[in-house]
Amino acid sequence: MRIGVITFPGSLDDIDAVRAVRLAGGEPVTLWHADRDLHRVDAVVVPGGFSYGDYLRAGAIAARAPIMDEVVTAAGRGLPVLGICNGFQILCEAGLLPGALTRNVGLHFICRDLRLRVESTATAWTGGFTPDQEITVPLKSGEGRYVADDTTLARLEAEGRVVFRYVGRAPNGAMGGIAGIASENGRVVGLMPHPEHAVDPLTGPSADGLGLFTSLLTAAATR
Amino acid sequence: MDVMPKPEILDPQGQAVAGALHRLGVAGVRDVRQGKHFELDVDDAVDDETLQRIAGSLLANPVIEDWQVTRT
Repeated sequence: MRIGVITFPGSLDDIDAVRAVRLAGGEPVTLWHADRDLHRVDAVVVPGGFSYGDYLRAGAIAARAPIMDEVVTAAGRGLPVLGICNGFQILCEAGLLPGALTRNVGLHFICRDLRLRVESTATAWTGGFTPDQEITVPLKSGEGRYVADDTTLARLEAEGRVVFRYVGRAPNGAMGGIAGIASENGRVVGLMPHPEHAVDPLTGPSADGLGLFTSLLTAAATR
Repeated sequence: MDVMPKPEILDPQGQAVAGALHRLGVAGVRDVRQGKHFELDVDDAVDDETLQRIAGSLLANPVIEDWQVTRT
């Protein structure tokens, strides 16, 4: 399975995302922000970092990059897309996911390992987890506080589209303790913490993050 | 164009500024909200509708921000 990883100017975690794809058994394909070609990939990862220096708003410029036009179109046809950290911000700015990510409560940049609960296994990226499974992955962001209006929040909860929730108090003040959400069809998932940094106990706090990538590959293999 | 966080959106930056003012001993500042100000040099032919579109589609995120366009 060919999984594309986009590099924007200022992306930091594209290399780790490529490594995660490879460790999970997929074929990583590097994609460039200025291209209009998805190179026949079967899924796309929008990685973390500070695309375009976070100018204007985090993810705002990247969401309007040429490659994102292709991602939005392909997502409309059901292409699985995973946005991590800055990638989540980009997917919200691109309108693929509802809501927005704002400055952390308390203004501190938060960089630490934390526990997440997998709230939905009905997505393209979480099918391999067990419901309510707790995983340990790093969070490293300054603008990770998920916000949305009450109607959107109620809808996300009612439709089971909250995919990851912080265990205990959300360190960034995210509404509803939301760490990650999915699109209506469960194909597009975005989360603030970094599963691609938790794919090998040698270099991360756990290998729990690998589950997102293996979920996708397993689903593809059994389809 | 002035872009401001919506009233219901928490503005921790504004709060930090308010806290600093308080520490400076400035009395009577009840609240501070921090936003952005953009100055665009445009042709006269650019109509208000276009300016609104620029604001709503890029300069502001309608999920969390309000904006006001002023021609000078």
